Amino acid sequence: MSADLTELYQQVILDHNKRPRNRGTLPTANRVAHGDNPSCGDQCNVYLRLDGDRIAEITFDGSGCAISQASASLMTTQLKGKTAAEAENLYEQFKDIVTTGQPPEEISDLAAFAGVHAFPARIKCATLGWHAALNALKNDPTTTTTESHTD
Amino acid sequence: MNPASGLPHPDPRAAWRDVRADFPTLHQQVHGKPLVYLDSAATSQKPRVVIDALSRFYERDNSNVHRGLHALSMRATDAYEGARARVAKFVNAADPAEIVFTRGTTESINLVASSWGGANLKAGDVILLTEMEHHSNLVPWQLLAQRTGATLRFVPVVGADAEGGLDLAQLDALLTPEVKVFAFTHVSNTLGVINPAASLCAAARARGIVTVVDGAQSIGHMPVDVRAIGCDFYAFSAHKMAGPTGIGALYGRQEFLDAMPPYQGGGGMIAQVDYTTARWKPSPERFEAGTPNFADATAFAAACDYLDGLDRAAIARHDTELAQLAYEKLSALPGIRLLGPRTDRSGLVSFAFADVHAHDVVTFADEDGLALRGGHHCNQPLMRKLGLTSTTRASFYVYNTPEEIDVLVASLQRILKFFAG
Repeated sequence: MSADLTELYQQVILDHNKRPRNRGTLPTANRVAHGDNPSCGDQCNVYLRLDGDRIAEITFDGSGCAISQASASLMTTQLKGKTAAEAENLYEQFKDIVTTGQPPEEISDLAAFAGVHAFPARIKCATLGWHAALNALKNDPTTTTTESHTD
Repeated sequence: MNPASGLPHPDPRAAWRDVRADFPTLHQQVHGKPLVYLDSAATSQKPRVVIDALSRFYERDNSNVHRGLHALSMRATDAYEGARARVAKFVNAADPAEIVFTRGTTESINLVASSWGGANLKAGDVILLTEMEHHSNLVPWQLLAQRTGATLRFVPVVGADAEGGLDLAQLDALLTPEVKVFAFTHVSNTLGVINPAASLCAAARARGIVTVVDGAQSIGHMPVDVRAIGCDFYAFSAHKMAGPTGIGALYGRQEFLDAMPPYQGGGGMIAQVDYTTARWKPSPERFEAGTPNFADATAFAAACDYLDGLDRAAIARHDTELAQLAYEKLSALPGIRLLGPRTDRSGLVSFAFADVHAHDVVTFADEDGLALRGGHHCNQPLMRKLGLTSTTRASFYVYNTPEEIDVLVASLQRILKFFAG
C-alpha cells in the first residue's frame, strides 16, 4: 500500500470510522444543521445543545465514506465544551491541516487528517461535518455543502 | 480486425485481447500499476480510428455546415449528413431524417419530454416510468409533470437486490387508459438488467401509448434495431459507444417528429422568419437550432463503423460473459451485496459492502490502477428503495479481459482485509 494511502487512512481515522463517537440524534439539542454532498451522496446531521455560547453537547449522524464519518466523529470530541469562537478557530486549523498537510503547532488528534491533502477530491469529505457544525452554531438552517462545480 | 465474426479464431479470448491495441488510453500506468479501466458505463475509451476521424475533420474539412457554397462547407455538410445516415443505419432507422443529433441521451430525452410531452400531455394524464431509471429519464418527466399537471407512475423492481428486474406481472395493470407515454431504460446503469424492450413497447403500442427508450447503456453493447424494438423514440449518446463526448442522437419515428413543435429556436431550424413570427423546417433540422456538432458527428460515425466491425452480437456476448464472471467471483467476497440479476446481465456489476463505503473502495482500488465508480450512479430513488446510499460499480467493454477481473477481486480482498483491521 502506498505511503499516501496509509497516511490518508490513519489508525485514528479507521478507529473513528469503526467506532464513531457521539453518533446519533440528541434529544436535548437546541440547534440542528444538515450537510449534504449530493454528487457523492455523503450526508451529515449535527445536533448541538448550546449552553449560552458554549457547546454543552454535540452529536452527529449520517452516512458517507470513512473520511467523512471519522472526521465528524473526531470533530464532536474536539468541539464539546468549546465556545463558538473557539470552534471556528479549530475549524480554521483543521482546514489548514487538510489542505496543506502541515500538522498544527500544538499536538492534536486533528493531525490525523493531514494525509487528506494528497487526495484533493476527499477534502470535501473531511470538512462536511465541520461545515454543518458551524451552521448549527450560527443557527443557519440552510443545508450546507462542501461540493463545488469541480466535484 | 474482426475478432468474433468471420473466420473462427483459434482462441477467441486472444482475439479480444488484440482489441486493446486499438485504444491508446489503455496503455498507461496509474500509480505505477497498469491501468485497469472498469468505468465504461460512465464513458468508454476511444479507439484510434475515432480519435483520427475527429482530428482529420478539424485538419482537413472544418467548416460550418448547410447553406455553404464553398468547397470546405460542402465537404463538412456531406460529412455531417453522412454521419446522420450512418447513425440511422446503426440503429436500423427507416430514414436518416429520423435521427436528430443532440448533446447526448439526456438532451434527447429532454427534447421528447419538452416538445412531444409539452404538446400532448395534460392534467390527468399519466407518465409511466420504472423504478430503475437514471435521473436523466426521470427528472425531465418530473419537469413535464409539473408543467402539465400529469402524474408519474412507476413499474416496480422485484427483489431485495432488484435481482428480479422489472415486475412485468404488474405491467398490464399499470398500463391504464390515462397512461400517455411509457419511458424506460433498455439497460439499467446500476443493476445491469436488460429490459425486454420489444415486449414492453408492444404492450404499450397495443394501447396507443407512446414509448421512449433510454439507450445510453445498450447502444454500444448489443445490436439495436429500433424497428424490431418497435419504439417511438430511442435516445443514446456517442461517448458510451467508443465515440466522442458532446454528441448523441434521438431516434424518433417520422410521424412523431414531423408533428412536434421545435425544442429550441435559432439558426438552422427555420424556413422563414419575420420580426414577430417564424416557420420552421421539417425534422431533423427543426430540432437542431444553432451550429450543430458536426465535427463530433463524423467521429460518431467512425465509432459506428468500429463497433459494427467488431460485430455487435459478439460484443454483447463478450460483455455479458465478463459481467457474469465478475458476478461469480465477487459473490465469494465476505459481506458483499451484489445488485441485479445473476445471469443474462449487461456488462456491469454494482456491489456494496456492509462495512466499507464505496468511496473508500474506489480510492483504494485506484492505487491498484483500477478505475471504478462509486456513488449513487444517478439512481438516488432506486438506491433509497434498496436501502443503500452508494455502490461501487465495475463496468466492462470490448477491451476488458478476465485477467482484469482477477485484479479487481485481489484489490477488493486487500481493501476488505485493511478495513477489517
